[in-house]
Formats: sequence, C-alpha cells, structure tokens
Amino acid sequence: MPAHRRVVAALRDAFLSALVTVGLFGAMIGLKTDVGATSLRLIPRPWAVVIAAAVVFAGRLALLAWRAWRPAGTPSPRRLIALGGRAGRYVAPILLVFAVGLPTFAGRYWLDLGVLVLTYVMLGWGLNIVVGLAGLLDLGYVAFYAVGAYAYALLAQDFGLGFWTCLPLAGLLAACWGVILGFPVLRLRGDYLAIVTLAFGEIIRIVLLNWVSLTNGPNGISDIPRPTLFGLTFSMGGGPGTVAGFFNIEPDISQRVIFLYYVILGLALLTNWVSLRLRRLPLGRAWEALREDEVACRALGINVTTTKLTAFAMGACFGGLAGAFFATRQAFISPESFTFMESASVLAIVVLGGLGSQLGVALAALVMIGGLEVFRDLAEYRMLIFGGALVVMMILRPRGLVSGRTPSVSLGSAREISPDLIAQGRG
Amino acid sequence: MAYALQQLINGLTLGMIYGLIAVGYTMVYGIIGMINFAHGDVFMVGAFLSLIALTGLSAIGITSVPLALALTLVFAAAIAALYGWTIERIAYRPLRGSFRLAPLISAIGMSILLQNFVQVSQGARVKPMAPLIEGDIKLWAGPEFSASISAMQIAIIITTLLVLGVFTWLVTRTPLGRAMRACEQDLKMAGLLGIDTDQTISLTFVIGAALAAVAGLLFLLYYGVIDFYIGFIAGVKAFTAAVLGGIGSLPGAVLGGLAIGLIETFWSAYFTVEYKDVAAFSILVVVLIFMPSGLLGRADVEKV
Repeated sequence: MPAHRRVVAALRDAFLSALVTVGLFGAMIGLKTDVGATSLRLIPRPWAVVIAAAVVFAGRLALLAWRAWRPAGTPSPRRLIALGGRAGRYVAPILLVFAVGLPTFAGRYWLDLGVLVLTYVMLGWGLNIVVGLAGLLDLGYVAFYAVGAYAYALLAQDFGLGFWTCLPLAGLLAACWGVILGFPVLRLRGDYLAIVTLAFGEIIRIVLLNWVSLTNGPNGISDIPRPTLFGLTFSMGGGPGTVAGFFNIEPDISQRVIFLYYVILGLALLTNWVSLRLRRLPLGRAWEALREDEVACRALGINVTTTKLTAFAMGACFGGLAGAFFATRQAFISPESFTFMESASVLAIVVLGGLGSQLGVALAALVMIGGLEVFRDLAEYRMLIFGGALVVMMILRPRGLVSGRTPSVSLGSAREISPDLIAQGRG
Repeated sequence: MAYALQQLINGLTLGMIYGLIAVGYTMVYGIIGMINFAHGDVFMVGAFLSLIALTGLSAIGITSVPLALALTLVFAAAIAALYGWTIERIAYRPLRGSFRLAPLISAIGMSILLQNFVQVSQGARVKPMAPLIEGDIKLWAGPEFSASISAMQIAIIITTLLVLGVFTWLVTRTPLGRAMRACEQDLKMAGLLGIDTDQTISLTFVIGAALAAVAGLLFLLYYGVIDFYIGFIAGVKAFTAAVLGGIGSLPGAVLGGLAIGLIETFWSAYFTVEYKDVAAFSILVVVLIFMPSGLLGRADVEKV
C-alpha cells in the first residue's frame, strides 16, 4: 500500500477511535450528576470530553505509527519481556538476598511496604497450590485469610493465647474450612467451582459482618496482641520482659517492624519451601497430573476427590497463616479487609506471575503491590490505573511474567517446558 | 396470605432485574466460555447513564414520563452497548484462544477500571432520584396487611417482558440469532461454515450490555438510589442466577434470576434481612450439589 494511503487509513482509524471515545465519555464524563439542595442537577464538562477524545486520537495514531514503522530488528514488547524471563535463574537468589538484607539499610516506610508485599507473596504462593498446581479455580481465597485472621484475634482475646500458639491453630482451622467447603463442591467443574468459592467467600464475609456477638460486626476487633520474641514483648516502655530490656538496648518502634518483617519473610519462605517439596512428592505430582488431565488421572487410579481436597486444604492452611499474621500486624481487623477485591488481587498476582511459577508470583506481587504504593498520591485514580494495568499486562503476557515450567521430575537434564504445552486445568 | 402475595410480587420484580443481567452472563459464557466479570459494572454504567439522561431530559423540559422513559431506555441501551463492544474489543478479543484464566483476569481488571472510572467521573456519593411513577393497585385487602402492586412494579415487569420478548425473537428468528446459536454450539465449526465469529461475539456483547442497561434503568426506577458499587453485588447475584439456571441456557438465566429474587425476598420477609445473600448463595450450593449443571443446563459430555 502506498504511504499516503496508509496515512489516510491510520487517520481514519484514529478518528473512529476518537468518535467511539466521545460516545463512551460524552455522557459519563461530559455531564456530572451533582446532588444539589433540592434535586439532582447536571454540571456540563465539555472540555474533559474533548481532551479525552484528543488523547485517544493521538494515542491511537502513535500506536499505529509505531506498528507500521517499527524497524524490522526491534523486538515487540512481548519478546522483550520474554527475554527478561530468561535471566530468571539469577533473579530468585538476588531477590532472596535483597529480601533478607532489606532491614539493614531500609527505613520504616520501606519495611512496612516490604511486609505488605511479602503478605501478598505468601497469599499468592498459597493460592498457587490450588490454582497453579491443582488447576482448581478458587475465587474465594480471601475466606481462608479471614478465617485465619479471626481465629487468631478471637483466640487471643477470649482465651489469652499468644501469637505463636495461635499461628498453627489458625492454619489448622483454615485447612478444616478448606475441607468443609471442598468436600461438597469439588465434584463441580470449571466455573461452577469458581462461583461456589466466590459465594463461600461472600458468605464468610457476611457472617463476620452480622454475627455481632462473636465478631463485633462491622466495628471489627481491635487491640489484637502483637507477637512476642520467645515471650519478650516489643513495648516502647522498655524494662524487664521486653526485647529492649532483655538485650539492654534503646527501645525503638522499628524493632517491632523489623521483627514482623522477618516473621512474614519466614512464613512466606515456608510456604515456598513446602510447595516446592510437595511438587516432588507423589501428592504434588498427582496435583499437576490432575490439572493436565482429570480423566487420565482417574484411569490411573488417582483418587480425584482426596487429591483435590488436599490441594484445597494446603492452600487454605497457608491462607490462614497469612491471615493470623495480618491480624497481629494490624492489631485491628474488620470484615472490610476481606472483600472479593482481595481474592481478585491475589488471583491476579498468581495468574500474572505465571500459574505454578514461584518466582513469577513473587515478581507479580512486587510489581502489583509496589505499583499500587507508587501511585498512592494519585488517590482515587490509583485503582483506575490498577484496573487498566491488569488488562494491559494480561494482553501483553497472557501466560504470566514467568511462563515456562521446569518439570519437577525428569529423566536426564531438566529442560524448560514451553507454556503452550501446559494445560491450565478445568476444575 | 396477603403478606406472602406481596413478597411474591416484590420477589418477581427483583428477579426480573436479575434475570435481565443474567442473560448477558449466560450468553457470553455460552459462546466463549468466560465469566464476563465486567458485566455487572456495565449494568452499573447503564444505571448511571439512565440517571444522567433522566436528569438531562427533565432539565430541557421533557416532562412526559412515558416519553422520557422511552428516550432514556434507548439512550442508555445504545451507549451501554457501545461500552460492551469496546470492552470486548479492548480487553477480550486480543486474548481469544489464549488460556482460560487470562480473559478472566482481564475481565476483573475491566471491572475495577469501570467502577473507578464512574467513581472518578461521577463522584463517590450515593445518587438519589425522585420516584417517577407513582400510585398502586390494591390486590388483596387482608385484616392486618393488604397486598398491592405498585405502578412502578407493573412498569418494570412489562418492560422486562417486552425486552425479553424482543430478545427471544432476535435469538430464535433472525439470522443473527442463528449465527449466535451456531457459535454457541461450536465456535470453530461455525467459523468454517462462513459465519463471521468475531462479529457475532461482538454483537453478543452488544446485546448483553444493552439488556444490562435496561436492567440498570429499572433498578434506578425501583430503588431510586445508585452508586458506583451496585454493579458488583448485582453482578454476583446475576451470575449466581445464571449458574443456578444452568449456565449457557437463556430461559435458565431468567428462571434463575426469578429464583434468586424470590429466595432473597422471602428470606428477608420471614427470617433475617442480613442473611438474605447467604440464603441465596447457600441454595446455589445445594442446587449445584444435587444438579451439577443447574436447573435447565445440559450435562457436559466429556470426550476423551
């Protein structure tokens, strides 16, 4: 096609895009409803629509131009990110060293952010067992997170148990809930399972919200005890029985933050270690086989129900542990922290990381939670960008950041498997 | 008795709204097998478009209620249809043929995007609207309680039936409907036989979004308040309805919607309002355990 015809075609394409933008935004942005003194009134904002249309026009034109005149050798963004993925074998150790060393040089703000990111890394790794390994789509993972958090908060408040006693109990309780939920619904397949888990997540939240005598309803539970280091508390006062008093150092708020940071780092690494080890056990191999082909699994004599149940229970258990940590870190929990948005974010982290890839999940958590934090100043535009980024990242990397897989067991040298050869499960 | 009759009417009205949204879910699921999470938010956008249109129309002096409602219906459905088309084009089409969780995450991203777009552009405050249609008809005068059906409810039920009628005609009697049903049965084969599958999928999103916008208008009229968050709750309920009715089945979606509406209303009336969602979800779980493919769904035949 001659150059001028291409320019005309591109201009027409961009113009149509701008026209669609006017159609989409003309009413929604152009006319703002305002609750006036007596009734609703409309405030016209024509310039916002013009700007939006102009931005779309220019953006579309730039995109088309870039596609048309990109030098032949330049790799597309897809390829660029794929190249980055190949350097992956060095990324994991560097990240680990960085994570362990962070408290030595980072300030309070960065440590708090680190705790948040690690919580999501742990949740991502936990959910990865269910979605990535066993191929079961769970849209209500936050329910187990909530069970763990409330288990610790209530046990600590009503029975005076400490964090380290409650931590395994919270994991155990969450695993029990995983089994209770899983038992009736694991016969369901695909999206039926997805909607039931979603429903379960909502049921837990609604019960927490309305069972006021137990959970204090929407007001939540406050003054949840902080964790202790072998019985030593982190208190500002110093004196005997506190960490500062025992080690004879100046009491400082950052000591507790550093301690919390290492607790969640340890918990996250535990999750990682357990799932890596489980992948090598017959159980873990059965999970992956189940994801690849359920019928073949049945034919080979694998008990599908118990295999699915164990995956569900393991995932739930780690969710519960993360929940207990969340409760002790915040010292306050309310049902508002356990909405569907949380489940969706964790699932997005798992899928964006590359289902089943431990490193990918950690990177995705870092990118997404860190990214959200970077845009904190943008206030209400933050989630707008978050949603848009999810769509764009999925389009650029539908298989996730780290999409290749290394088999857990192989004859000879283990070679990476292309993502196109991996099934993603239907259950 | 009068009380139960009243609940029946309320439940049916609510169920109609859920049914309209559920049709959009079930159509998209039937053809491309994905949960369109953004659909609930298209419903919310439809409600906001209706609010803007109704306010705008009264501002420029169109006071005849039927005319204003008809114009609003067309306007909201048209713009929402454009939203549906754009969403499919931007967020789902590039992922067609990719693995099944990618469009799901993309849809969740779209849902977050739409919610926050409306929050930013229209403000986070709850928008109230004065009731447009007033008056009611007494059906049953009991000793303590008398049941009545309001003009609004009649309008909602009639509008829903009309829209669903047009929709049924579209699906069963037109070439487009035939193409849609063919794509639902076998997308690849339909493409081989010369059906423009991309266009058919686009039109499916357009129709689903238009129906959701109608539901948005009805929701606005019925409840009189909307905010940017209504899409999520209504969306989850409608999806539950679609699954309950057997996902992929169009009559099933409406039936499921009615069932969810009735369960919710009766539960709130006779037990507790707080746990009405728990009741709806629990019944979903129970139904799925005993009828794994929903009320009207076909059982999956698995080929090995």
